[in-house]
Amino acid sequence: MQLQVTNSPFNQEQAELLNRLLPTLTESQRVWLTGYLFASQASAGAAPAVSEIQAIAAAPAAAETVIAINQPAVSKEVTILFGSQTGNCQRLATGFGRKLEEQGFQVTLAAMNKFKTNGLKKVENLLLVVSTHGEGEPPDNARAFHEFLYSKRAPQLENLHFSVLALGDTSYEFFCQTGKDFDKRLEELGGKRLSPRVDCDLDYDEPVASWSAQVLNSLGNRVNAVSGAALAAAATDLANDIAAEQSAYSRTNPFRAEVLANLNLNGRGSDRETRHLELSLEGSNLQYEPGDSLGIYPENHPALVDAIIQEFGWNPEEIVPINKNGEQGSLREALLKHYEITALTKPLLTQAAELSLHAGLRELIAPGKEQELKSYINGRDLLDLVQDFAPWQASASSLVAILRKLPARLYSIASSFKANEDEVHLTIRAVRYESHGRDRYGVCSIHCAERVQPGDSLPIYIQQNPNFKLPANPETPIIMVGPGTGVAPFRAFLEEREELGAEGKSWLFYGDRHFVTDFLYQTDWQRMLKDGVLTKLDVAFSRDTEEKVYVQHRLLEKSRELFAWLQEGAYVYICGDEKHMAHDVHTALLTVIEQEGGLSTEEAAAYLENLQQEQRYQRDVY
Amino acid sequence: MAKEQLVKPIGGPPSEVEHIKIESNYLRGALVETMRNPITGGLPEDDNRLLKFHGSYMQDDRDLRNEREKQKLEPAFQFMIRVVLPSGVATSDQWLAMDELAHKYGNGTLRLTTRQTFQMHGILKWNLKPTLQKINSELMTTLAACGDVNRNVMCSPNPFQSDLHEEVSYWARQVNDHLAPRTRAYHEIWLDGEKVIDGQQDGAEVEPIYGPVYLPRKFKIGFAIPPHNDVDVFSQDIGYIAVVEDGKLKGFNISVGGGMGMTHGDSTTYPQLGKVIGFCTPERIVALAEKTVMIQRDYGNRSIRKNARFKYTIDRHGIEWFKTELENRLGWQLEEVRPYQFDNNGDRYGWLKGSNGKWNLTLYIQSGRIEDKDGYNLMTGLREIAKIHTGDFRITPNQNLIIGSVSSQKKRKISELAEQYGLTDGTQHSALRRSSLSCVSLPTCGLAMAEAERYLPTLIDKLEPIINEAGLRDKEINIRMTGCPNGCARPALGEISFIGKSLGKYNMYMGAGFAGERLNKLYRENIDETEILDTLKPIIHQYAKERQSGEHFGDYVIRAGFVKAVHDGQEFHN
Repeated sequence: MQLQVTNSPFNQEQAELLNRLLPTLTESQRVWLTGYLFASQASAGAAPAVSEIQAIAAAPAAAETVIAINQPAVSKEVTILFGSQTGNCQRLATGFGRKLEEQGFQVTLAAMNKFKTNGLKKVENLLLVVSTHGEGEPPDNARAFHEFLYSKRAPQLENLHFSVLALGDTSYEFFCQTGKDFDKRLEELGGKRLSPRVDCDLDYDEPVASWSAQVLNSLGNRVNAVSGAALAAAATDLANDIAAEQSAYSRTNPFRAEVLANLNLNGRGSDRETRHLELSLEGSNLQYEPGDSLGIYPENHPALVDAIIQEFGWNPEEIVPINKNGEQGSLREALLKHYEITALTKPLLTQAAELSLHAGLRELIAPGKEQELKSYINGRDLLDLVQDFAPWQASASSLVAILRKLPARLYSIASSFKANEDEVHLTIRAVRYESHGRDRYGVCSIHCAERVQPGDSLPIYIQQNPNFKLPANPETPIIMVGPGTGVAPFRAFLEEREELGAEGKSWLFYGDRHFVTDFLYQTDWQRMLKDGVLTKLDVAFSRDTEEKVYVQHRLLEKSRELFAWLQEGAYVYICGDEKHMAHDVHTALLTVIEQEGGLSTEEAAAYLENLQQEQRYQRDVY
Repeated sequence: MAKEQLVKPIGGPPSEVEHIKIESNYLRGALVETMRNPITGGLPEDDNRLLKFHGSYMQDDRDLRNEREKQKLEPAFQFMIRVVLPSGVATSDQWLAMDELAHKYGNGTLRLTTRQTFQMHGILKWNLKPTLQKINSELMTTLAACGDVNRNVMCSPNPFQSDLHEEVSYWARQVNDHLAPRTRAYHEIWLDGEKVIDGQQDGAEVEPIYGPVYLPRKFKIGFAIPPHNDVDVFSQDIGYIAVVEDGKLKGFNISVGGGMGMTHGDSTTYPQLGKVIGFCTPERIVALAEKTVMIQRDYGNRSIRKNARFKYTIDRHGIEWFKTELENRLGWQLEEVRPYQFDNNGDRYGWLKGSNGKWNLTLYIQSGRIEDKDGYNLMTGLREIAKIHTGDFRITPNQNLIIGSVSSQKKRKISELAEQYGLTDGTQHSALRRSSLSCVSLPTCGLAMAEAERYLPTLIDKLEPIINEAGLRDKEINIRMTGCPNGCARPALGEISFIGKSLGKYNMYMGAGFAGERLNKLYRENIDETEILDTLKPIIHQYAKERQSGEHFGDYVIRAGFVKAVHDGQEFHN
């Protein structure tokens, strides 16, 4: 039953909250909740509002709760640890910590790599907020903690109550793997769940709210500290509150930023196209720090949208829901602006199987076909799905109902706010490739490259990235490795240092394919070198020489000096491709440390690990 | 100390370039370091100046300049490399090497120049060294192809009198080699030669002819074999005119003080014709060249570069002064000028048999550009010929190419290849087109104010209907175009010439002698294509109607009163 103002005693907001919460409850949770409500009412001396039968059914849980209430010894301390690459998890963890404090909890908030593991055994309430990267890997600042828990040194945690909030993307094979790992391991070590783990896809607002409500509820039960209504209210505005700091604009309420400039940074003759976008933040009150990212809500390629609609023979003007809040719009608009149509996920295929009359789709999602499924999903989009598994027994509304919300794309900001007041610059490589016999286009990059002119506007928000920040001390030397568009945040770093008159040395390693056409921001670097803002610049252009040269080769060539900088306390930053570049650069750094420091392989690894612990080795990789 | 004595500024302090030269330690400068700098594809101006002496200079694709600036990219810096190829003669192996380099490091084309050598464009800084190494490994050099030194020595490629050509080009090579700079800088920088500390030696030891500051300006020498004046001998600083009696080379008449360059709007600058001052026997010409160069070294204007060419030195001091100074330095007297007669400065196309029984095929090369384009696979065809050709390649002063010294046996095979690739002797073109000459100009030349190589063929397309209508399709008329007034296509010697003023606008000159013996004169200033066609059309028709038997266009326009005859550059602007 959908609760409404008219058919229940709740107001609009309460009804919505309950409607959101109730469907997510498991059977045992429902039972538990019933008992809880009954028990709290009983203790407040109010008349029982539920039938006796229900009360009896809930008895064991309620009894437990009552006991808990009568034990003041239960801790009000909560430890929240986050593992965050781009800052999402950190933001969510921070926001939730603030909520808990408002409710009277004593919150310890830390990045996983900042948490002293020898204190773990004393923790009673532990909340983990963690994302997953690449092939199911933990973010940089979660790696050590992950390893620790899976090592022999991990303690038994019988007194631990925990819950995991996992962030991920269902289009990846190892969806929320790190969160799953932690959840499983804490249980193995004897911990008890405060509430079940929640795995979030890109559009995480609702599941985060749900997890927050459950955790608050559960914690509240343990200490009987908070009223149910307050808890629920606290949980709802969580997502919005966290994002909103100084500006009214946020991820859920993006600012429409005017495009001031949009040009291709690659010279004529290049096989690449990299857009330099300059956006106006005027009137938004938005600010950012070097290292932060900008989220853009893009639009899908009109040709792809039209092809999908045509494939079904639907009317593009048909009215369909454009989100889960009941707002509506034309089918064409919905597919252009609101739903993801360029990536396939297992949940999507599973739901689509219900709409397809083609047996093949059902076979593909059957257990045991994981490899086939994975290889089918790879490089295909909704149009492929629609074409490959026709005929369909689907309405436009039923199709959009199974699609994910079109996610924002994040780009490392390429400018310093201080140096460019009310502007934000981005460096976006246009993604075009052929896959399964059809030209494919990166959603946001091609939107920006082909359909955005100066004077147009883009819905944007600032995504803080506390894990990619200049050293607090302006004298500290910095080493920056950023080939391709990975160089973007370093333009921000150097502009910032120039603006502040920072005296610290800086060394940039840059690479791409061809010197003549692909040297992004070449004249900026030349000027900064001349003015002394940039101390050293080494470049590697892979396609200009017979042997391909990459940034890691330049690191190795300069090993002695590089190690000297590290010994002087330099911070190392890597930005760009995770799969190849970041890995190769990591290996090169290990070699440099091993070779120049006269260390063993293990010692070199520990040296680098230590740099990471000290936040002197930061990565913004994707 | 020697340094100070050698610099004799006239009318003011030494120019900036003089400072760069003297501080360069015999053309080294900071080239080793600046060539290595990986952050820019360019060089600082000082080192670019010095690089010219090494046969290369920095250019950029001017078509892309503004666009790249917006893209936060530096200009598309690239380097032009010019080879020193005395007399314009290359072997098949050398041809193949240049072809390979053009594809590997250059822009895929070669340019035959009006000084009978190869130019390559579009070479990136990091590829200069391997390119120069390959050129040197094929026994060519680029040292002194540009810069304030004696340039590539020209010689008529004469495809008829083979023995004479061989003998005259031998002397051209002697002069060329004798005047080559002696600094080790070139070997050190490009060929990994051992570093010699020239700076500790006395200037006279390192560069006995040039000294540490080299010449005030470039210096040009050419050898003509009458009646062909294809080298435009009067445009050279020193022109050697072969004197042949009874089929034997007796020696050379000496012309001095010619030169083409000038500056728009500056009447102290002008093109000039060389003056013939006497005769000497072949074995004396090397010494004559050396002493002439040294006089220019000592008396040339080192303060104002645009007045620094040898022609101004002579005009300033007078030809008699020069002759006396030269004879004093030589220690012997020049003989009386021997009679000579020129009748043309163009090329003869097609197969011609030389006096030695070998065959020579002169191909028409539009604007000297060797490339495969629009289905005309000129570059490929020449490569295929080079693979089997055992004779030589001769680049003509008119930017054409001679497949030289072909035996009767090979002639058929080469004819077949030429036919297969459609290589043309130009007979399908109007004589006007075959007699056209243009410099490289845009987009690579930094001096260009207007198009030349890319535009002259189009202009001729539009002139041809007029020429055809006037019945002059087979009448040779020298037509020349340069993008600036510096004179790379010897524009002051065109019967019709265009010198670029700004994009699409040219000064038009008429009236030079068909054999290069008389300068032309400004007829219309700053005109565009429509005005060019409107101006020329009635003159061409009038010429067709009124010309006397054998009368050349350049002679006619003077007789008809369109322009006055100019026999001395000092009257050019009058």
